Amino acid sequence: MSETFTIAHARSWIDGFASRCDEQKAYLTELDSAIGDADHGANMARGMGAVRGALSADEPQALDALFKAVGMTLVSSVGGASGPLYGTFFLRVGMTSGAVDSLDGAGLSASLHAGVKGIVDRGKAEAEDKTMFDAMAPALDALDASLAEGGDLAAAASAAAEAAAAGRDATEPLQARKGRASYLGERSIGHIDPGAASTALLFDALAEALS
Amino acid sequence: MKKLINSPETVLADALTGIEAADPSVRVDHVNRVIYRAAPKVDGKVALVSGGGSGHEPLHGGFVGYGMLDAACAGEVFTSPTPDQMQAATKEVDRGAGVLHIVKNYTGDVMNFEMAAELAAAESGVEVATVVTADDVAVQDSLYTAGRRGVGVTVLLEKIVGAAAEEGRDLAAVKAIADKVAANGRSMGMALTSCTVPAAGKPTFDLPEDQMEIGIGIHGEPGRHREPLASAKDIAAQLVEPILADADFTGDPAIVMLNGMGGSPLIELYLMYGEVAALLEKAGVSVARTLVGNYITSLDMAGCSVTVLKADDEILSLWDAPVETAGLRWGR
Repeated sequence: MSETFTIAHARSWIDGFASRCDEQKAYLTELDSAIGDADHGANMARGMGAVRGALSADEPQALDALFKAVGMTLVSSVGGASGPLYGTFFLRVGMTSGAVDSLDGAGLSASLHAGVKGIVDRGKAEAEDKTMFDAMAPALDALDASLAEGGDLAAAASAAAEAAAAGRDATEPLQARKGRASYLGERSIGHIDPGAASTALLFDALAEALS
Repeated sequence: MKKLINSPETVLADALTGIEAADPSVRVDHVNRVIYRAAPKVDGKVALVSGGGSGHEPLHGGFVGYGMLDAACAGEVFTSPTPDQMQAATKEVDRGAGVLHIVKNYTGDVMNFEMAAELAAAESGVEVATVVTADDVAVQDSLYTAGRRGVGVTVLLEKIVGAAAEEGRDLAAVKAIADKVAANGRSMGMALTSCTVPAAGKPTFDLPEDQMEIGIGIHGEPGRHREPLASAKDIAAQLVEPILADADFTGDPAIVMLNGMGGSPLIELYLMYGEVAALLEKAGVSVARTLVGNYITSLDMAGCSVTVLKADDEILSLWDAPVETAGLRWGR
């Protein structure tokens, strides 16, 4: 049971996300082949591998420094749309976390919301555009609802992971309105959005880190 | 997958090594993955930086040199380069007159170049202007998509705007001519086969032997629709008609490019150009300049695209100006 989100949790979260991106590389790329350009798995695995390297070379002691390192590394190593989007997410999470080594539930929620707002600022996505936002938004709603009911961080993160996975699955019947998948029009229907799938991995990793 | 590679992970690094070995007129920054002119432009002239995912060669690295680009940032195959690469290139090529970023309208490219322009302005004070190409008429409804893709007109734009920068025009004037070219060009492409991204190891999409994909982009993404394979004459009509329906090309001289996607032989590209030229003539379009060949490719995809640019005397004169790059070379 966790009452606070510590820098150790943050490291474990990032490390778990890196492992998942690596393990699910082929799956993410397969999703991206159907409606994108077949590189999401390779890009995320490469980017999160670079993040692991950066964090082992330099061990930030505050959440803002840690997430800034994650964000800048992703921006400079992923490319595509995922680089600026995930990069902006972690940069904003870090800016809102501040120079602290732990956050309470409300603090973690505020940081994650800032990250999602960063993604919206950068990518202009709205609900049901069939993007990573469709997994992120319900994840944060579930996290907030669980915290409001008095759940601890582990329960809240677990609820967020379930909601992100449901959000990922709910992208399947949607027609894409952003990114390369939008060029397919109706043919984007019937496929899970790769960005929503990697976002589900992100929240799954958070849930495990806090469990 | 059968490819001339050492390993999927090193394709880009190995290709950059080859580009540097093959062409003494460029130098390669292997850390930032930027191709520069070996002999930089003189002070006071606007510099041009472009870039994008690799796999479209000769675009963009093959267009670095006198009369075209000053630097090209190479991303992984079909993946936008990153802001730090673009920022390094922007700072390096600035000769005090500012830098024009030439960006193809793809979500990742646009976002990464946006971040790079913000960083360059904040950290090094370089004046950056941006032109985004969005000429692909296969994408019809821009309200509910990421907008039209930037494809073939990018090649023509880099040549024409490169000449304007070489003449010593200021950043505002260089951007104005870039905007004019971007606004007046239209493209449409098709594929006979998919392409295989080295890191994926298998074709990006399945296209049966008797089918073709109309309205493709340049990243192996599927196109607008699929239909039974047809004759060159029919395919030419399917490419030319949407272009002519989208803009009026009569009354002005046109520059036309018949571009190969990488896997179609030149004999087929010339054959296709013959069909395209006949259709354009019938439609009253007066073709002043042509380019036939592989200029903006999609790895090993078989197929082609047509680009038509409405020109004028100024654009034709910039088009005819000397150019000396690996991909285009005349007049010098």
